[in-house]
Amino acid sequence: MMMIIKKMIFILLVLVSGNQLVAQKYFTKKGEVSFFSHAPMEDIKAVSNTGSSVLDAANGKLQWAVLIKSFAFTKALMQEHFNENYMESTQFPKAKFTGTIDNMTAIDLKKDGEYNAQVSGVLEIHGKEKKIATNAKFLVAKGKIIATSVFKVYLADYGIEIPSVVKDKIAKEVEISIKSNYELLDKM
Amino acid sequence: MNYWIKCSRFFCLSILMMGSIISVSAQEEDDLLSLLGDTEPETELVYATFKTSRIINLQSIENTAAGVLDFKIAHRFGVLNGGFYDLFGLDQASMRIGVDYGLTRWLTIGLGRSSFEKTYDGFTKIKLLRQSTGKKKMPLSLSLFAGSAIKTVAFSEPERDNYFSSRMYYTYQGILARKFSEGFSLQLSPTVVHRNLVKTKAEKNDVYALGMGGRLKLSKRTSINAEYIYLAPNQVAPDIKNSFSIGFDIETGGHVFQLHFTNSTSMIEKGFVSESVGNWLDGDVHFGFNVSRVFTLKKK
Repeated sequence: MMMIIKKMIFILLVLVSGNQLVAQKYFTKKGEVSFFSHAPMEDIKAVSNTGSSVLDAANGKLQWAVLIKSFAFTKALMQEHFNENYMESTQFPKAKFTGTIDNMTAIDLKKDGEYNAQVSGVLEIHGKEKKIATNAKFLVAKGKIIATSVFKVYLADYGIEIPSVVKDKIAKEVEISIKSNYELLDKM
Repeated sequence: MNYWIKCSRFFCLSILMMGSIISVSAQEEDDLLSLLGDTEPETELVYATFKTSRIINLQSIENTAAGVLDFKIAHRFGVLNGGFYDLFGLDQASMRIGVDYGLTRWLTIGLGRSSFEKTYDGFTKIKLLRQSTGKKKMPLSLSLFAGSAIKTVAFSEPERDNYFSSRMYYTYQGILARKFSEGFSLQLSPTVVHRNLVKTKAEKNDVYALGMGGRLKLSKRTSINAEYIYLAPNQVAPDIKNSFSIGFDIETGGHVFQLHFTNSTSMIEKGFVSESVGNWLDGDVHFGFNVSRVFTLKKK
């Protein structure tokens, strides 16, 4: 009897810890985050190639972070105003996303294919948090994983004010595009 | 006996496994991103110590960005103590029209023409050090400025032997600045103005001065600026005063408007450093403005 209980505990432990070993995490430190806004007088776009993200394939948990100061613009003054007047990047250095891929069970990152993902979570920009839900795509080919997503945010949701003198140059709505190559995270 | 050894071994193994599971799940509750480890701190350059490339009259530490043309129009009206008859100086105006252009991110050149004594000026401004935090720490920014000016107004004594070189003025300036916080910046500008021709023997050809300037931000787009230029004694005519100016900056997208009060009429170094005659206490003060409009000629 004692032996059976011991064996059961042992098997249980192996199972639980085995599950941990299978749990695969993926990451990137070179995620591309870009945004685009169209206003009557000016189109604004900027890109950062230093977004970092970790995805836990076991439970679909996903996190993203990007430094606001890493966004590069074509116009130098625009970049200065973006940091100084709108994003206040010294005070709020990062934009973050913390959420989950809700249909992770339908996605197998070890098998080639194209997968649609439903992502939901909290997006933090300019120190303000808001729940968002969007679609993303995972393209798995020859062991490479490319994730992409495009979604829109409203500046007003994140407390980013646009003064009336520049309202024809800055749109209220901004389209954000994300693209990243996920690699396996070897943490041990 | 054997059983107990086995049992204790098993027990130890279980505890070890339990421990590893607990530690893994504890880690999972944390930030997933923390798994990526601490990213190396990158060098972060300090931007926007001042809103534009002038504090008021003085050159600020700011350069014009590479490929950007900054078109500047500056006005100084007559003196406030002219009274209502001159509408507090608004009847007269001295102006400078000029352009600054950023050749590279560390080199700016500029040209201008002032109505005061029909003077043309040109300058070069080179950025040597940039204030930064992170991996490379630099407590302040340093730039060098060199400018020359040609006074083209007719010579006051045409019967005398007049040389073209007598029209020339040269200015050399170091610019040291630090952005102490988002809202507060200070600058020191040690300056030498060389004048080829001076009125009397008592006046020196080389004038040494120390400019000081600062800004205090009131909001994201407005600030209060002030500057003072101290002249070392016994270099200039006795009626020359130290230049003092106080102003207000408003930035609206591509424009910067600077409104100010100053006791200097000229808007170029040789003038406001070594030729300011207004006395603040007597109300010999000019209202004036600088308008800056930037055009991006070359995109990155």
